[in-house]
Parts: sequence; C-alpha cells; structure tokens
Amino acid sequence: MTSRRHLLTGAAAAGLGAAAGGGLVAAARSDTPTSVAAVESLTTGTSTVPFYGPRQAGVAEDPPAHAAFVAFTLPAGTDRRALGRMMRLLSDDAGRLTQGVPALGDTDATLAPLPSRLTVTFGFGTGLYRAAGLESPVADLPKFKIDRLEQRWSGGDLLLQICADDPLTVAHTQRMLIKDARPFAAVRWVQQGFRRSPGVQAPEHTQRNVMGQLDGTANPRGAEIDPAVWNDDGSTTLVVRRMRAEIEKWDILSVADKENAVGRRLDSGAPLSGTQEHDEPDFTKLDASGLPAMPDFSHVTRARVTDPSLKLLRRPYNYDGVPNAAGQPDSGLIFASYQKDVARQFIPIQQRLADKDVLNEWITPIGSAVFAIPPGCTDAGWIGDQVLG
Amino acid sequence: MGMRTNVLRAAAALAVATLGLAGCGGTSSDAAAPAPAPSATAAASALTIKDPWVKAGPAGEMTAAFGTLVNDTDADITITSAESPASPLELHEMTMKDGKMVMQPKEGGFVVKAKGDHELAPGGDHLMLMKPAKAIEPGDELTFTLKLADGNTVPFTAIAKPFAGAGESYDPGHMAPMESAAP
Repeated sequence: MTSRRHLLTGAAAAGLGAAAGGGLVAAARSDTPTSVAAVESLTTGTSTVPFYGPRQAGVAEDPPAHAAFVAFTLPAGTDRRALGRMMRLLSDDAGRLTQGVPALGDTDATLAPLPSRLTVTFGFGTGLYRAAGLESPVADLPKFKIDRLEQRWSGGDLLLQICADDPLTVAHTQRMLIKDARPFAAVRWVQQGFRRSPGVQAPEHTQRNVMGQLDGTANPRGAEIDPAVWNDDGSTTLVVRRMRAEIEKWDILSVADKENAVGRRLDSGAPLSGTQEHDEPDFTKLDASGLPAMPDFSHVTRARVTDPSLKLLRRPYNYDGVPNAAGQPDSGLIFASYQKDVARQFIPIQQRLADKDVLNEWITPIGSAVFAIPPGCTDAGWIGDQVLG
Repeated sequence: MGMRTNVLRAAAALAVATLGLAGCGGTSSDAAAPAPAPSATAAASALTIKDPWVKAGPAGEMTAAFGTLVNDTDADITITSAESPASPLELHEMTMKDGKMVMQPKEGGFVVKAKGDHELAPGGDHLMLMKPAKAIEPGDELTFTLKLADGNTVPFTAIAKPFAGAGESYDPGHMAPMESAAP
C-alpha cells in the first residue's frame, strides 16, 4: 500500500511540477508584465485535493468556484457487476484527474494539468440500490406544496458532483467521466453553477447568491461539520434542489422588505436582531414598534436549528442561464445540502420553509434529487466498493 | 488500480519470475538472451508498464491494449511477444503505406531503450488482441504477460475502457481485417 501511494504521489507530483512550470511560462509570455511575487502566488491551478481516503472529497472542503452536477439514469437490466465495473472506471479516472494526471486514454491530455482543487464526488440514488438488489439508505423527498418540479432537473440513479476553481477543468473532467459512464448509463440532467472566483474573497467568506443575499451564514464550520454530516462509516447524504429565483419580482421589493423576508440585513448579513453577520439571532427581541425584530415568517426564523447535529451543510452554487427574448433572466440556485440523515435533518427544515417562509414568493423549487454519498475508497479500490463489491 | 497497482504488480511478479529462472539454473541457458547471468535485484526493476488499458469491444472483434513501457535499466529491453487469457495477441505497429496508415506486426518486437519509455497508444504501437474469446466490457480487468528477449516475463493487469478516438479512420480494431494480412 505504501509503495502504491508513493508511486501515485510521485506521478502526481511530477504532473504538478509540469503544470507549475507551464503556469510560469504562460505568465512570462502574457502581454501584461507580471511581477515575480505574482508568479509565485500562482497556485490556484496547481492546488489539489486528495481523492482517496475514508470519506469522499468535495463535501467538507471550502467549495471551489465552479461545479457541474451530472445525474445519470441506469437502463433496465443493470446489475451489480456492471455497477462495479462502472464505478471502477469512474473512480480510476477521477483519481487521476483530481491530481492533474490525464484520464486513461485521455483524448485531450493537455487539459489535465491545472486541476484547480478538482473534486469528484459520487452519489447513489435509490434506483442504483434497486438495480444492485440492495436496500437504499436514502428515500425520495415527500412532495412539498411549494414544489414546481420539472422532470428535466429531478431524480437520478447516479450523481457526479464535479467541482474546481476553473471552469475548463470542470468541462474536461465532465467530458472524460461521461465517456466512462456512457456504456452503462444515460445522462439525465446536468446542472452547472458558479460561486465567486478564487482570490476574490478570503476562503470561508459567506458568499452572496444571485439575489444578493449572503448565503450560508449558519453553515457548520470546522469541528461542527462532523456531527452534522458524516456517518461513522464515512458516508453522508446529498439533496440537490434547483431553486429558480423569481428575480424580477424580487427586484420590486424595497431593501427593508427584502430584509424582512430573509431576516438579515442585505449588506452585512447580520440578523435583524443584531449588528454582525455571525450574531446569534434573538427571536425574543422586539423592534421599536413592539414587533419581533426577527419576523416569524422570515427565512432565517423558519430555517433555524440550534442542535448542531440537526444542521445542514449547504454547498450551493448559483446558476445563470440564457435570458428569454423579453430579457427576463433564468437565474437561481443549485441548492446542495449535505447531512447525515435526510429524514431527520433536511425534511423538517424544508417542511417548515414550505409551510411558512415568505421567501417562497421569490424562489421556486423546480428540481429535486436525493443521493447517498458512499464512503471514500483506498487507491486500490473504487467508490462504492464497500456497498457493491 | 490502474497505474499504481499495475506498476507494483509487474515489479513484484518480475522478481518472482527471475527467482524462478535462477532456480532452474542451466535449463534456461538456451534462451537467446545475450544478457549476462541475470541478477534478481537488477531484473526486479527492469521493465514496468504504466497506465495500461484495453479498448473494450465485442467478442471475436479485434481490439488493442495500450500503456507506457518503462525501462529502468542501463540496457535496451526487447519485448518479443505477449500473452493473455483473453485473446491471442500480436505486437503491432502503425505505418504509412501508399498514403494510408495501416498496421502490421512489429518486426523484432518492441525495443524499449535503456532508461527510456516506449508508448503503446492508439494510432501507434500496440498489443493487438486478435480474437477476444468473450466481450471485453468497460471496467473489466484483463491480465497480460509480456515476454522479453532475455527470457523474463512481465505480467500486468489492464482495465477496459470505452474508447472511440485518436483517429478512428485508422483504428486498429477496424482497419485490421483488410490490412493485416502480413504473415
């Protein structure tokens, strides 16, 4: 095992060395003079996240700037052996690409260096477990009255969450892995999203979504992540919801109305009962008119949980599609939520939001899918080998 | 898998093969290998194959195996033939003939230069699976054994990949029936 690891590390390091060299050359040749200091800080492209380990990557790390969520449908008659062959191929190439090494038989090997913190996270839907003859650890979500779900964004037997700080890396990885998967499964939907680019804000800075809201303030951080997200065996679960932003309706609101809907100040992200983003919301505090400073109908009030084991790890990405002829945007959020247990953590919060969250006026769920995230694997194995092997 | 395990397996298996030869003593002396008395330690790091893979395909239809042969020694190494339980094998090269890329058996085998690499890739040298007994499904793992001129063998395992690229017009798997009539 040790020697295998060393071989891999050696190969990866060689790839990275080449990549770093390429980066330097490119910088030196660019039109704009580049200072030595700037070249030395050019590490975004060469940064890597380990692929192999007891837990899958792409969950607890600070989310990279770009993501593609790729869901597949398995054809009827898929059996456990085929699933094993598929996951062996996919894991092998994901293990390479995440370290800046071309996929086997990579038809565009020059796109493999500069992994830019690439992660590939695999999720199994209920249909995959059914095909394997196994009991699924996850179930589909109940219907919520706010849902306007479209088939083209919903469901899936297998999910690849591909994240990197560079969109070309995501595109290449998506293409290589779809080529691996297509003898086994059909592409069901792809959702591509983005966050702020690397270097724009300090890591772990709460990001704004396309509606201008700071999104993710209450996320578990550091040591809080484990009790909320990871099962003892290294597995977790993922809910992906596509939330269309009714942005032109949102535009009509005054800042004060927007803040009341969310329960936070738009600029600072502070709860309406406080002054700083990370102030604990005080639901007993009254405003000057004697009403609760945190409105009962606000998003923060409805979504609030204090038990650390009930929190959700939100890893959302914005989407911004092509506006229609009238210039109305196609924008929103790919809401990705990681938690130990969908039924215990996700559903109660989603139910409270569906029942009474004034923000529902301006966001519409149009896609929904649930996946189990199996444990990670060693470099001698493949993702899912403990489940399907 | 892939790159890691196969390098390790090949190296380990070579060591075993070499010890076996040493044990047989004089019986292997008839080998054409010009090499001096083989030493287990030298041979153990002799030849490895990095990133081996096979193009998946149906039963009975030619396909090919690829990878990078790496020679760690100070002497050239010649691969004279290859075997696999999956199919009869030939060492093939691609060459230009009458303005067309065609494949043909590689005269004298593959020579991997001292301290050098030799790439087996679509459109170039490859191990040709002449007639796979069964369909080679994506994700299958196939075992191979390379036979060297010095009598050593190098076993390795390759994963099967769906592949359609790098110039399908001269894809060895499909060109072969008309062009590979060479002896």
